[in-house]
Amino acid sequence: MIGVAYAAEDAGHGDGHGGGTGLPDPMHQFEIKRLINLDVFGFDASFTNSGLFMVIAAALITLFTLFAMRKGALVPGRLQSVAEISYEFVANMVRDNVGTAGMKYFPFIFTLFMFVLALNMLGMVPYSFTVTSHIIVTFALAAFIFIGVTIIGFWKHGIGFLKFFVPSGVPFVMLPLLVVIEVISYLTRPVSLSVRLFANMMAGHTMLKVFGSFVVALGLLGGWAALAFMVAFTGLELLVAFLQAYVFAILTCIYLNDALHMH
Amino acid sequence: MPQLNPLDWGPQLVWLVLTFGILYLLMLWVALPRIGSVIEKRAAHISGDLATAEKFRRETEEAIAAYEQALAEAKQRAHTIVEEGRARLKAESDAERAKLEKELAVKSAEAEARIEKAKAAAMTEVNAVAMDVAADIVKQLIGTAPPKSDLEKAVIAARKA
Repeated sequence: MIGVAYAAEDAGHGDGHGGGTGLPDPMHQFEIKRLINLDVFGFDASFTNSGLFMVIAAALITLFTLFAMRKGALVPGRLQSVAEISYEFVANMVRDNVGTAGMKYFPFIFTLFMFVLALNMLGMVPYSFTVTSHIIVTFALAAFIFIGVTIIGFWKHGIGFLKFFVPSGVPFVMLPLLVVIEVISYLTRPVSLSVRLFANMMAGHTMLKVFGSFVVALGLLGGWAALAFMVAFTGLELLVAFLQAYVFAILTCIYLNDALHMH
Repeated sequence: MPQLNPLDWGPQLVWLVLTFGILYLLMLWVALPRIGSVIEKRAAHISGDLATAEKFRRETEEAIAAYEQALAEAKQRAHTIVEEGRARLKAESDAERAKLEKELAVKSAEAEARIEKAKAAAMTEVNAVAMDVAADIVKQLIGTAPPKSDLEKAVIAARKA
């Protein structure tokens, strides 16, 4: 549906067309559009379509939690159940992966999970924009988590946190090599964390767009096959949207556990 | 790839920090305490109800135990009363029977004595009658009455035979 929507939009624009194929450019949907130009002390802080969907996601989460809990009923209604299930889901995730010491960071993990989930799901709405399909957003989140977790590690264990990079029970001669490998694997965490989310979202939406343009290009005769594929793929994308938010949150928990308990 | 245009990074980062920061504070201060307090209140309510149920169950068990004990005691007492009654009745009937038997023994002894006396009396009478009859028969035959001592001897001898 998203593909169809953008295909129709692109037909109107004309500048979104790929090099001479006649099909709309599938990357056009990721373009940042400045809605309000803002300049703060020479720094570009413009309100873009990306910023708009971040605001929508934050507002939706806030309104949802507050509206669902407005009665705070002992026997929850449907909406309150959903809010409580989200809470318990993330709380159990933190408890299981980090332990009770990690409950201090539960509000952050909850916000992170709900924010990424909301952004991913909003991306599935036709004509919308997928904030998490931009590497800079996912990398900023991952880098913040990486730096925060590293600070927590050094704050909890002092210089002893460096022992985290020394695997136990290996021959002494192997240590220099293994320490280097451990450090590299630790430093690649923010990259793998951010690229996983970004690549999943971008690839999925690009696929939807490509097949959406096939529906139009193949017309009434062959378009049905592409349309059927898109319907199925949209279902898969909804699953991916949830799964990637879950993976992002649970990996944050695992990194946090490493920092707090050092394996 | 529009994602790799550094000119677009600034605005996204600014709004990411703003929205995520505000959302975090809203969750931290408003939403999560509200959800958490409701869940805790429910857990407390449920554990309170379970405790009350447990208390009632214990009270019920105590009541049942007390009832069963009272029932056992009552049964025991009833049994004792029945046993006592039976023993008393047996003793009374035994005494009655013993008294009756004694009276009957006395009466039968008296009766036997009376019969013995009557028999002895009857025997002496028989002897006298036999002597009279013998004296009369002898007088008729020989004309004279034999002496009384001979008669007595003869009657006793005849009766022995």
